[in-house]
Amino acid sequence: MLDRDEDILKAAEDWQKAGRGVALATVVETWGSAPRPAGSSLVINDEGTFLGSVSGGCVEGAVVTEAMDVIQSGKPRMLEFGVADETAWNVGLSCGGTIRVFVEKVG
Amino acid sequence: MKLAILHELNAERAARRPVILVTDTESGEQRLVKANDFAKDPLRAELDKQLRMGKSASVEAGGKKIFLNVYAPTAKLVIVGAVHISQALAPLARSLGYDVTVVDPRTAFASPERFPDVPLVAEWPDTALPPLNVDAYTAFVAVTHDPKIDDPALLHAFERKCFYIGALGSRKTHAKRGDRLRAQGANDSDIARIHAPIGLAIGAVSPSEIAVSIMAEITAVLRLPPKEKEEAA
Repeated sequence: MLDRDEDILKAAEDWQKAGRGVALATVVETWGSAPRPAGSSLVINDEGTFLGSVSGGCVEGAVVTEAMDVIQSGKPRMLEFGVADETAWNVGLSCGGTIRVFVEKVG
Repeated sequence: MKLAILHELNAERAARRPVILVTDTESGEQRLVKANDFAKDPLRAELDKQLRMGKSASVEAGGKKIFLNVYAPTAKLVIVGAVHISQALAPLARSLGYDVTVVDPRTAFASPERFPDVPLVAEWPDTALPPLNVDAYTAFVAVTHDPKIDDPALLHAFERKCFYIGALGSRKTHAKRGDRLRAQGANDSDIARIHAPIGLAIGAVSPSEIAVSIMAEITAVLRLPPKEKEEAA
């Protein structure tokens, strides 16, 4: 996990400078076979556009919704998701996992 | 995240300098710690460990939940010498996540047929190496067996403070190399940085096995704490 998310953090900066509301969601803890390791991140702007991934697709929709609230309120928030066994199977894992995602406003 | 922190984080990453973003996940408070400032940080033990592993993690400190987000540059491997060992070493290093470049002024060796999909520079080290931005996140190996090529390359690796420097050759060959490099201005601590004979002692025979021993040694230098590193060497 070296030097990843290059364009994600760059996009966060570019979007913020372009006047958009921006939030950053980052995986801070994982248990079991979580699809993405701690440090994986997702950047979201106030138009609902997002880049990156915190779970390989299973919980991004929910994270984007929460991120909209965080952009509005400016208050960071911790989210917790269980990754369903079925979803875990699809990404090549034999069991489910749990992830905690920290969502913060940029700027 | 404050825009100033994000801006600094992106600038450090672009410059290939490692940083760790420290976040109190309850209050949202954040600070960016540069590798040079680890020594005076209250979390230095944790910061050192996570950077060495290249892994982000949540830790508990002073009753607080802290997230350490590690931004380490992609490690590079520069191979000087487009020889048989390098043909095995380049794909192995790539599978381990390294950005690999092969340098050899001898065009018969540095040919795309011998090194499909690997960036090749068929120039002498003095021309080839400066544009590669060899740095502290670079592992550097010199395997041509030709002092005209290996020696200037090694001098460049000393100057750029590569985290690993290895050179092919027996102890006898290496002693002569030390004399030559000293005559060109290298000091004893530079010479001592060269891993020679190259690679961990695993009884490697074939070029592929030697490649495995080299990457094992590079991995040990990258990942192990200093004390255990000495024991492995």
